[in-house]
Amino acid sequence: MKPFTRHTGRAIPLDRSDVDTDQIVPAEHLRRIERSGFGPFLFAEWRKDPDFVLNRPEFAGATILVAGPNFGSGSSREHAVWALEDAGFHVVIAPSFADIFRNNCFKVGLLPVELPQESVRALMDAVLDDPGTEITVDLDALRVSATVVHESFEIDPYTRWRLLEGLDDVDLTLRRAAAIDAYERARPARLPSVPRP
Amino acid sequence: MVTPRTLAEKVWERHVVHRADGEPDLLYVDLHLVHEVTSPQAFEGLRLAGRSVRRPDLSVATMDHNVPTAAGPVDPVSRTQMEALERNCSAAGIRLFPTGDVGQGIVHVIGPQMGLTQPGLVIVCGDSHTSTHGAFGALAFGIGTSEVEHVLATQTLPQRTPRTMAVTVGGELPLGVSAKDVILGIIAKIGTDGAVGHVIEYRGTAIGSLSMEGRMTICNMSIEAGARAGMVAPDETTFAYLEGRPNAPTGSDWDDALEDWRSLPTDDGASFDREVTIDAASLRPHVSWGTNPGQTVTIDDVVPDPDDEAAERALAYMDLRPGTAIRDIRPDTVFIGSCTNSRIEDLREAARILDGRRVRRGLRAMVVPGSMLVKRQAEREGLDEVFVAAGFEWRDAGCSMCLGMNPDQLTPGERCASTSNRNFEGRQGKGGRTHLVSPAVAAATAVAGHFATPEDLER
Repeated sequence: MKPFTRHTGRAIPLDRSDVDTDQIVPAEHLRRIERSGFGPFLFAEWRKDPDFVLNRPEFAGATILVAGPNFGSGSSREHAVWALEDAGFHVVIAPSFADIFRNNCFKVGLLPVELPQESVRALMDAVLDDPGTEITVDLDALRVSATVVHESFEIDPYTRWRLLEGLDDVDLTLRRAAAIDAYERARPARLPSVPRP
Repeated sequence: MVTPRTLAEKVWERHVVHRADGEPDLLYVDLHLVHEVTSPQAFEGLRLAGRSVRRPDLSVATMDHNVPTAAGPVDPVSRTQMEALERNCSAAGIRLFPTGDVGQGIVHVIGPQMGLTQPGLVIVCGDSHTSTHGAFGALAFGIGTSEVEHVLATQTLPQRTPRTMAVTVGGELPLGVSAKDVILGIIAKIGTDGAVGHVIEYRGTAIGSLSMEGRMTICNMSIEAGARAGMVAPDETTFAYLEGRPNAPTGSDWDDALEDWRSLPTDDGASFDREVTIDAASLRPHVSWGTNPGQTVTIDDVVPDPDDEAAERALAYMDLRPGTAIRDIRPDTVFIGSCTNSRIEDLREAARILDGRRVRRGLRAMVVPGSMLVKRQAEREGLDEVFVAAGFEWRDAGCSMCLGMNPDQLTPGERCASTSNRNFEGRQGKGGRTHLVSPAVAAATAVAGHFATPEDLER
């Protein structure tokens, strides 16, 4: 995973609540076995509407998505995060996120930033007013800054450290191999297991 | 004196492998369920990193999401994914139930069916409806593909401690109100993000009186309220369901297990971070009208006036007008299936209503059993004949029209009464319109041609 420290970019306002991962990447595109190349399927159905915000030329090249509450609800598909990343997004800002989506973001290195509803609203308005508005998201300082909004955000210190360093979770866990061995030795033998084929 | 603890806290504590200040707990995973859609990139990640699967004996795999449920060619893209699962499981030594195998089925149906889902376990799967297994008093939650890779490599997951939430459904369920109506009623009350960050424990007499199938239906849709997991305390119903299943403990192990399982329920005096209470007697059969599961009313209601932009969008997508009686809405299709409602009890309930009746002319109706063993059991009971005589298609097991990854899909504008779990835009096929209902309402609706309860058919 690449480290995330600070990102400045233009934003796209997606003023909808409960954006579920079926919208972010429809299921028909989940049959690929690759991890890359999901960008073209991002919001595949909504993008068929020429007026959809992601189709509007003034927002082309944006790297920050600003959305409504409960973003990423529904299916656990990490493909949703891969699609956002592949389409060039580095940050999603919303009043709230669904748990699995947020977790998946942290694994991939896309930063989900939770801000109060009013601040998200203000960001959307600013971007709609001037699509050239730049937003800076600083993970080190835990601050979002734009012309109209200067706001702190929270993220648990462990995850912040991991993202800043770009550390892989599996590597970190393998440092605990001795603890895992010890735990396994103490597990009751009656717990279910599946015989190898 | 020991501090009183909740069921979720007890299961959590016994799985902590490593704990340190400022870090998430490292939790041990007892059972990892694997399917074809969210695993290929995880296995590939392992290969690229030169790692192996730590505990293939604590993993089990099946094909469910994109498998065809009727005879015919499999499209090459789906086939590639299915073959990848075969190769990956074979290389890792993971037991796989491929399409065509009698053990095949929806991952959340076969785990309990095999007796692998047991109280007190931590169970994960790259699928958000893993919460289903919480019906046994297991802590079960959906994970993404990076986490699938993490579990394959280490049999553990770093996890932040969740908050706890009690949803108590007190009293007795009225006749005709099913587990599906209970969970739709709960989501309508607390909202699609009502339980974000929480593990729900469903409690109360109405929950205790439900079968394991009913409890699974309720826990299944916990994610639709945003919950990390849903649980029901194990009791005699749980033990009776498990006893004698293939992977359940036997002999003295069974006695030890029982003693342990009886210690799991939430202690008197334990506190939850949030509590919600629902009076069972107030519940009615529910039908969703919108494009998320919180947009749900009872069958006696009308389509509500939109109170925000999201509701307006939903009404436009669903092509519904406020004030329309739910009973006046006429679906084109009825789908009985999915990890929410495809177990033998669901099929029995639907068949009971369809016995001696016919699907309304012009309406498409299909039943997709949750597993090939459920299908076989239903055929032993003659349920298939009831379905076919009524005009339903009788399919093989799979996720099917719940998410439209295989050819079972709605066409644009097609309206469906579905026993599945998500009414998102396009979920069952591009432009498709989904109404979530119970198996009983699905069956009665198929006969009536409009949303109906079984009682409506008697009138």
